[in-house]
Amino acid sequence: MTIPRSEAEIAARMKALEALMIEKGIMTTEAVDRLAEIYENEVGPQLGAAVVAKAWTDPEFKARLLASATDACAELGIGGLQGEDMVAAENTDDVHNVIVCTLCSCYPWPVLGLPPNWYKQPAYRSRIVREPRTMLRDEFGHDVPESVEVRVWDSSAELRYMVLPQRPPGTEDKSEAELAELVTRDSMIGVAPVRA
Amino acid sequence: MNGVHDLGGTDGLGPVIVEQNEPVWHAEWEKAAFALFATNFRAGLFNVDMFRSGIEQMHPAYYLLSPYYEHWMHTAEHFAVEAGVIDAAELDAKMQHYLDHPDEPLPERSDPDLLAFVDAAVKGGAPARRESDAAPSFKVGDKVTVTQDSPLEHTRKARYIRGKTGVVESGHGTFIYPDSAGNGRGEDPKHVYTVKFTNVELWGADNAEPNGVVYFDVWEPYLVPAAVPAEGALR
Repeated sequence: MTIPRSEAEIAARMKALEALMIEKGIMTTEAVDRLAEIYENEVGPQLGAAVVAKAWTDPEFKARLLASATDACAELGIGGLQGEDMVAAENTDDVHNVIVCTLCSCYPWPVLGLPPNWYKQPAYRSRIVREPRTMLRDEFGHDVPESVEVRVWDSSAELRYMVLPQRPPGTEDKSEAELAELVTRDSMIGVAPVRA
Repeated sequence: MNGVHDLGGTDGLGPVIVEQNEPVWHAEWEKAAFALFATNFRAGLFNVDMFRSGIEQMHPAYYLLSPYYEHWMHTAEHFAVEAGVIDAAELDAKMQHYLDHPDEPLPERSDPDLLAFVDAAVKGGAPARRESDAAPSFKVGDKVTVTQDSPLEHTRKARYIRGKTGVVESGHGTFIYPDSAGNGRGEDPKHVYTVKFTNVELWGADNAEPNGVVYFDVWEPYLVPAAVPAEGALR
């Protein structure tokens, strides 16, 4: 076996494994298609964006979100696999939060969907705990002033973290739905601010 | 296990490669690799901790160079072979068959119960929280030190926090203990805490970035109370 396998070899091996799992009564192609569809069309960062926009416009909801993100998200019908116990970390004028999983790829699926490739890559996982400020500036173009504390959350257990980004200035007149449009996946990972 | 997967603080792994407008799936095979997590969990072939442990047993060079979902395929294959559900030679032969006949369709099967399970699992999750009568040994504000022990088996005690001292930020109750469940033993629930470590504690004063901390979630057996520094000690 050469390292790494070619794309054709990976596809053939996965197809072989899938065929055997179907023959053994463990898997079906319809289950594969359904799961793929859920994370393509139903569960994604648009759900987290709705949570953030609500927190920006409803102080009581925000307080509940920071007390228990799991319970607050459940109010909006958001929750489930890989978000059984969620925590929201709030960005302020003095604090910037960023999430990672150095040991594997833990990520709050119910609010952000499946993670982008870079979040799972060794380059991000190895360095964001050691040089977060440098990395945010050099790799993501997000310069966090030295007066702002950088807090990195390494999702090493079964708690799943999301960042509650700061509401950008100049958005006072925007509705909750309009605000949700501004909230990006990257802002909820903590590698970018929300821009108006 | 002191494996390559334990990446926190490893240097020299290059720049982050960000793909703009990245799709959820980069290839059709990724969908099936992703689905194995749910279908083979349902079949009792692994729990989530074993799933991670199986990935950690990949060859380090292979782990670093292979596409992400190939890790998932690897661990599913590992446990299906280990349980005797499939035979490694049978898998190799079938792989060669599909390399030679890439357009041959997959076998047909329908399973409404599996489909219902998929939707229920996504919505309801698979909580790792477990009730336990054990009282927590630590409380918020306690200074704690992560033990230096290096388990040979699956653990979530990353190398970069071993021997380091931090402060308990919050307690979360009891959860399945990966050092037990991930190694094929019982759930053995233990208390989980979020512990705050300063950058200086983790990387040393000469190399730490200013004004920063790392929060790491630990299971209680990883922790001991921090030693009280002797008078005149450096810390």
